[in-house]
Amino acid sequence: MNFVSYVRCLCAKFLRSSELDDDMAAEIRSHVQHRADDLERSGLSRAEAERRARVEFGGQVRFTEECRDAFGANLLETVFQDVRYCLRIFRKSPAFVIVGVATLALAIGANSVVFGVLNGLILRPLNVPQAESLYGTEYGTDLGFQSYPNYLDLRDRNRSFEDLAAFKFLLSGVVDTGNDPMPASGFMTTGNYFDVLKLQPYIGRFFHASDEHGPGSAPYAVLSYAYWRSRFNSERSVLGRIIQVNKHPFTIIGVAPPEFRGTILFVSADLFIPIVNQQQVDGEDLLTPRGTNKAIFESFGHLKPGVTAGQAAADLDRVGSYLEKVYPHEFSKGPSSIIREGLAGFSRPARAFVTALMLLAGLILFAACANLGGLFAARAADRSRELALRLALGSSRSRIVQALLVEAVMISLVGGVVGLLASSALLKRLSVWQPFPDAPIHLPVTPDATVYIVALALALLSGFLFGIVPVRQVLSTDPYQIVKAGSNARPGRRVTLRDVLLIVQIAVCGVLVTSSFVAVSGLLRSLNGRLGFDTHDTVLVGTNLASAGYKGEQIPTMQKQMIAALKAIPGVDHVGLVNNYPPLVYTAAFATDVFKENATDLRPSNAMIRPFRYEVSGDYMPAAGTKLLAGRDFDWHDAKNAPAVALVNRDFAKRVFGGPALALHRYFKLQDGTRVQVVGVVEDGKYLSLTENQKPAIFLPFLQNPASQSWMLVRSTRDRQQLIAAIRDKLRKMDSGLLVGTETWNSLLTVVQFPSRIATLSLSVLGIIGAMLSVTGIFGMAAYSVTKRLKELGIRMALGAQRREVLNAALGRAFRLLAFGSGAGLAFGILSSRVLAAIVYQATPRDPLVLTAVVITMALLGLVATWLPAQRALSLDPVALLREE
Amino acid sequence: MREQAQILPGTLDLLILKAVSLGPLHGYGVLLRIGQISGQALLVEQGALYPALFRLVRQGLLNASWGTSENNRRAKYYELTAAGRKRLREEEDGWNRLAAAIATALSAQPEEL
Repeated sequence: MNFVSYVRCLCAKFLRSSELDDDMAAEIRSHVQHRADDLERSGLSRAEAERRARVEFGGQVRFTEECRDAFGANLLETVFQDVRYCLRIFRKSPAFVIVGVATLALAIGANSVVFGVLNGLILRPLNVPQAESLYGTEYGTDLGFQSYPNYLDLRDRNRSFEDLAAFKFLLSGVVDTGNDPMPASGFMTTGNYFDVLKLQPYIGRFFHASDEHGPGSAPYAVLSYAYWRSRFNSERSVLGRIIQVNKHPFTIIGVAPPEFRGTILFVSADLFIPIVNQQQVDGEDLLTPRGTNKAIFESFGHLKPGVTAGQAAADLDRVGSYLEKVYPHEFSKGPSSIIREGLAGFSRPARAFVTALMLLAGLILFAACANLGGLFAARAADRSRELALRLALGSSRSRIVQALLVEAVMISLVGGVVGLLASSALLKRLSVWQPFPDAPIHLPVTPDATVYIVALALALLSGFLFGIVPVRQVLSTDPYQIVKAGSNARPGRRVTLRDVLLIVQIAVCGVLVTSSFVAVSGLLRSLNGRLGFDTHDTVLVGTNLASAGYKGEQIPTMQKQMIAALKAIPGVDHVGLVNNYPPLVYTAAFATDVFKENATDLRPSNAMIRPFRYEVSGDYMPAAGTKLLAGRDFDWHDAKNAPAVALVNRDFAKRVFGGPALALHRYFKLQDGTRVQVVGVVEDGKYLSLTENQKPAIFLPFLQNPASQSWMLVRSTRDRQQLIAAIRDKLRKMDSGLLVGTETWNSLLTVVQFPSRIATLSLSVLGIIGAMLSVTGIFGMAAYSVTKRLKELGIRMALGAQRREVLNAALGRAFRLLAFGSGAGLAFGILSSRVLAAIVYQATPRDPLVLTAVVITMALLGLVATWLPAQRALSLDPVALLREE
Repeated sequence: MREQAQILPGTLDLLILKAVSLGPLHGYGVLLRIGQISGQALLVEQGALYPALFRLVRQGLLNASWGTSENNRRAKYYELTAAGRKRLREEEDGWNRLAAAIATALSAQPEEL
C-alpha cells in the first residue's frame, strides 16, 4: 500500500470529513445524471430517466459507507462501531462488566494513591522557582545537622553553590500578639533564605543578608500566607506590628507567597525569623559553639550552572576535610552528599518506603491484569462459536482482535476512571490530614495532572495487557473446526496460559497477605513490647521556660520548684524530669561522644563509643518505670558543684566495662573533658526508634546540665483527667504565663510508631485488595470450568459418580492451582518481609502463628471463591442437562 | 442479448485499471468502457464501482480530479498513476498466466495423459 497516499487520505479524512462526504454525494449525483442522459437519449422523458437512473444505482447510503471504508483511515469509525457493539454485549452480561470494572478500579485506585504519595513527596519539587537545581547538603557526621560556624565556612568556602542558606526549626514556640499567647512553629533562617529561594513577598518585604548585624540584630518576622490568614485575618495592617515570640518583640515585615510553606515538604511553617535572633527565641546560644550540631537543621542552595551533583558532593568533602584539619576537636567529617531540597534526612527512608509500596501496588495491578486476562480468555473461549462465525462470514482476524481490544480498553478505562475518582478523593483527604494534632505536619499529596495522566495511562496499558491475552486464541481459531465441533475442540491441554495467570495472581496475593500479616504481628508486638520504660499510668508535662522568659540559674531553680509542686499532688507516686525529650518522643534523641577516662585527645574520631545522652532528675527512673539494675539513683546532691556522675544502661556497661556490676564506680570522659563516674546501671530500652538495634545510653543529672525545655514524667494511678487538671492548676498558680503541654506517653509514641503504623495500614489495605482479586480470580476460573464441563459432569453423575468425584472433577484443578500459587506466594512473602523489618518493629515471618494465619487465610479464600461453583456442580440435574444438549 | 459473465472476485480492480489506462474516465464512463471493451459481456454493478475506485485512489494507483464531461456536466475523472500502470502490467501478466494455465488444463485430452 502506498503509505503517503494513505496518510494523505487519513489527513483528508480527519480534516475534511464533511467535504469528503459532499464530494462523494456530488460524484454519485454526476453518475446518476450521466446515466439519465443516456436513458433520455433512448427516448425516456427526463423525469422518468432520472428516476430510473436512481433506482438502478441502488442504496446510496450503503455505497457511501462502503466508499468511506474503501477510502481507508476508518480506524476511528470501526472503533466506534466496536464500541457500540461492546455496549450491546455488556448490557447482556452486566456481571462480567461489574467484576472487570471493580477489579480494575481497585488496582488503579491503589496505584494512583501510592503514585500520588510518590509524586507529592518525592517527584514533585518544592514550589519555588528553579526548584530542579535546589539542593540540600549533608556533610559532617550527622545528616544535614551542623553548627552555625561550620555553616558559615561551608557557605564561604564552597565553589558549587550560587549561595547557601540554612534553617533550623522553631518548634513549640509561643506567639503573643497582645495578651493571647498561642503555640506556633516555624523556621529560624539565615538572612539570605528568601533570596536563595528566589521568592518575592506576597505583601511587605523579606529580610535579607544585609539585615544581619550580629546576634539579636534582626527582630523581624515573616508570616506564612496560611498563618497570616488564620491568625491575622489577612489584614494588611499587620505590617509593622510587633508580636512577642517567646516573650521577645519581633516586627512583622512581610507575608510569604501562598504556595510557599517552608523548605521541608511535610512541615507547614507559621512564621520565619532570622537565625541571628536564635538566642532570644531558644533561650540558649547555639550559634557560637562549633562543636554542636543543633544549630542548623539543613543548609541548601542552587547549584551553579554546569555543576553536577557529584562535583558538588566532592566540593563539600573538600570543605569538610579542611574543617577537620583546622578544628579537629569540634568537627569530624562524615560522608558528604547532596539531595533534592524538600525532604532532608527523611528523603532516603521515605523514598525506600514509597518505592516499596509502589512495587507492591504494581504487583496488585499485575494481579488484576492476570485476573482480567483470564476472564477475557475464558470469554473468548465461550464466544469462540460467535468469533468463528464472524471469521467465516469474512471478517478479518485483525478486525476481531481490534474488537476484543476495544472491549478490554473500555473496561479498563471505566475501571481506571472509577479508581482515579476514588483515589483522588482519598488523596485530597490525606493532604488535609494532620497525623499529629499538635505538630505542624501534613502530607502535601494533592493529586495533580501527573497523577491523573499516570493513572489513565496505567489503565490503558493494563487494558491492552489483558486484552491481548485471548489474541493468540483468536488468531489460531479455525472457524471450520469450531463451527463443526463446538468450542471444546481442544481438550486435554495440560497447562494453559489461563492457569499460569491464575497461579501468578494467587502468588502475588500470597505475597501481599503474608507481608500484611507479618506487618500486623510486628506492630502488635511493638505495641506490647518491652521499651525499657512503662508508658502506663504516666502523664508527661512539657514546658519551655525560655519561652516564658526564664534565664540562666532561674531555669533549674524553677524546674526544682515545679517537681516539688507536682509531687505534692495527692496520689502522685513519682515525678521525674528529662531535658529536651523523653525516649521515643518526636524521634528526637541526642548522641554524644564518650572517651576513655584517661584520654587526652578528645577529637570525635578518637571517641570510644557514641551513646544517646539524656539529662534527668533523681526519681526519673521510677517515674519512667525503668528498673535500676545496680548502684544508686541521682539525688538533689548531684548538683552543679558536686562531682560529675552518670547512670548508664546495661548495653553501655557491657560494651565499655564488660558488665553491669563491673561498671559501678568506674569513670569515662565527655567531649568537654569532664571526668564522669558511673554510679548506677539501668535496664536497656529503645531510644530513637522502635526498630533500632540495642543502643548504649547514658543519663546525666539535669542540675549539672540545665536546659530550658524539659518534660516532667508524673506517675500516678489516679484518674488521668483529674490528674491533668490538678497538674495544670498547680503550674498556673506558679506562673500563669507558662504554656504547659500535657500528654500521655502513649500518645507521644504515635510519632515514633507512625512509620510502622502507616506501613501496616497500607500493607493491610494492599493485602485485602490482593485477597479480593484472588477470590474473583479463583471464582472466575472455577465457575468457568464448571460451566465448560456441565455436560461431562452430567454424564458422570448419570453414570453414578459420587459427590466427591464430581467435585474433584469440577474443581480439582482450581484447588491444585490455588495450593501451588499460595505456596509460591508464601515463599516470596517470607523473602520479601526481610525488607519490612526496616520499617516495622520485629517484622519476622519465622513466626508459626503468622505462617498458620497465612495458610488458613489462603484456604479460606479458596473456599469462599469456589463455594458457588461447587454448589452449582453438585446441584446438577443430569437428566435435564442431557436432554437440553 | 448476450449472456453476461459474473465478474470473478479480484478482477474488478484489474478491469478498472485497464479501462482507465485507455484514457481518463469518470465513474460512469468506467462502467461504459468496461462494457464496451468486454463486448458487453461483463457488467459491473453500479454501486460496487465506487468503493473499488476509492480503494484504488487510496492505494495510489489512480488519481482523481474534477472536470467537465462530454455531456457538459461536472464529473470526477480518474487517470492512471505510474504505480497504477505498473500494477496493471503485473495484474495483466498474472491473469494471462492463470488464464493460459486454466485453458491448457481444460484442453487436456485423455490420450495426452
